[in-house]
Amino acid sequence: MSKGAVKTYKAGVKEYRETYWDPKYTPKATDLLACFKITPQAGVPREEAAAAVAAESSTGTWTTVWTDLLTDLDYYKGRAYRIEDVPGDDTCFYAFIAYPIDLFEEGSVVNVFTSLVGNVFGFKAVRALRLEDVHFPIAYVMTCGGPPHGIQVERDIMNKYGRPMLGCTIKPKLGLSAKNYGRAVYECLRGGLDFTKDDENVNSQPFMRWRQRFDFVMEAIHKAEKETGERKGHYLNVTAPTPEEMYKRADYAKEIGAPIIMHDYITGGFCANTGLANWCRNNGVLLHIHRAMHAVLDRNPHHGIHFRVLVKILRLSGGDHLHTGTVVGKLEGDRQSTLGWIDLLREKFTKEDRSRGIFFDQDWGAMPGAFAVASGGIHVWHMPALLAIFGDDAVFQFGGGTLGHPWGNAAGAAANRVALEACVEARNQGRQLEKEGKEILAGAAKNSPELKVAMETWKEIKFEFDTVDKLDVAHK
Amino acid sequence: MSEVIELQDYKSRLSDPGSRKFETFSYLPAMEQAQIRKQVEYLVKRGWSPAIEHTEPENAFDHYWYMWKLPLFGETSVDRILAEAEACHKANPTHHVRLVGYDNYKQTQGAAMVIFRGKTK
Repeated sequence: MSKGAVKTYKAGVKEYRETYWDPKYTPKATDLLACFKITPQAGVPREEAAAAVAAESSTGTWTTVWTDLLTDLDYYKGRAYRIEDVPGDDTCFYAFIAYPIDLFEEGSVVNVFTSLVGNVFGFKAVRALRLEDVHFPIAYVMTCGGPPHGIQVERDIMNKYGRPMLGCTIKPKLGLSAKNYGRAVYECLRGGLDFTKDDENVNSQPFMRWRQRFDFVMEAIHKAEKETGERKGHYLNVTAPTPEEMYKRADYAKEIGAPIIMHDYITGGFCANTGLANWCRNNGVLLHIHRAMHAVLDRNPHHGIHFRVLVKILRLSGGDHLHTGTVVGKLEGDRQSTLGWIDLLREKFTKEDRSRGIFFDQDWGAMPGAFAVASGGIHVWHMPALLAIFGDDAVFQFGGGTLGHPWGNAAGAAANRVALEACVEARNQGRQLEKEGKEILAGAAKNSPELKVAMETWKEIKFEFDTVDKLDVAHK
Repeated sequence: MSEVIELQDYKSRLSDPGSRKFETFSYLPAMEQAQIRKQVEYLVKRGWSPAIEHTEPENAFDHYWYMWKLPLFGETSVDRILAEAEACHKANPTHHVRLVGYDNYKQTQGAAMVIFRGKTK
């Protein structure tokens, strides 16, 4: 260190804000920035709580140690540089923290989040803590592999243009034999879906081992492709107890010509996911990503990790599809917030937009985008709204909404495909989907008995529960 | 549900070439001329480059169909685009004729739809 006086060692506990609160700091272009929502313990001033979070997520520990003086901690430390009110909530505040890029191993979301959401989340000075958003400098983004293929390449491989794709999760999710499971896949695909999907819990249970499932499903895909003349796929879930087993299943999927496999990136882990994404890029196999366990992290508005951060983790770690919620179905989803994170998944550049919960500009550089997957409790009546919300770069997955058709999977699939194409045609004509949805679907049903019956079956089903995790807006 | 809906078989057969589909809009009835016009207008309004391709129906699964001349770069007249598709259809009356909209910014096809359906019987 060239500037300033030589430091001397003084044992003891220092107030965090002396070192880690720096309101005059201007973040550097290479800094990684984080916005935390902090609910401090009673009596702890905001600056002290913010500084404590900066310290505990970077270089600090609870007491001064002599080895601190062997390095330039002023360079390596995280800095709390701004504090903001949370609109409509006085119990907490936003703290913005800047971290120097040197703190993180290149290409490792594992390393970044071990720091950012490590020990600090159990820290006593805060009552609750939520990581709301993270800005990754482009210099860091370019060290990550990202989606193995991305939206454009997948469209070319699957030959799907000018519309969202359609999928279906095979049910019952547990208990079917491999051959009966393949039957359900075949029926969906011959009826007009582009993809079917293993449920997340389907790995390799005693009632259906993975190898038989893979074999029967591939036969279903091949036959449906010959029959319909269209390209088809099934997300073969390779999520496994160990990385070795995961790669073994992925290798076999490739060997039998499967176009796409699947992984659960939170329960499987970011390390396994990043490795599998690299494998997919090297082997030309598409990668569908499920998000089991996300709600444990992202549902509580005061504690945990916001889903928009989990989206960024996945885009950096790698996946060609990610479940994003539906806004309209049975699962949680606020519309503006969802629009914010599907932009983070798909666009090249996302601007700060508090009305969508986006706290930072985010430049993705050359990194491809991934398809947003809307799944859960949706059926043909939701199609106009889904297309209006998600646009073309999405996969709509109707599980019960395909398999629950009174005439079976193929008819259910055809109903969804007809409804989708009618909505796309209407959208391209400039019609207002959400206003005219009923007429659009009714018009299409005149030529499709499958759609007509689907509309009669599901007409009355609605999911109108209040969202638990809302965007922070003033409501007083 | 109170009323009983009679079960219906899903008619799709390997042995029937009429069961083959050809991606976007192929699950809807063939579009009337006025409907096709609207889709071409949409493609032009998005700034995409129109292009015409065609193939024998039995080879429709291939990624590459025969390109009809070259993409109509810069063409914004819906009439001229439709006339070109018509010319391709006249020259290849038994083929599928597909209209593509190349989106050069996204490096993809923003639209791809068969506007003349070939003979499958």
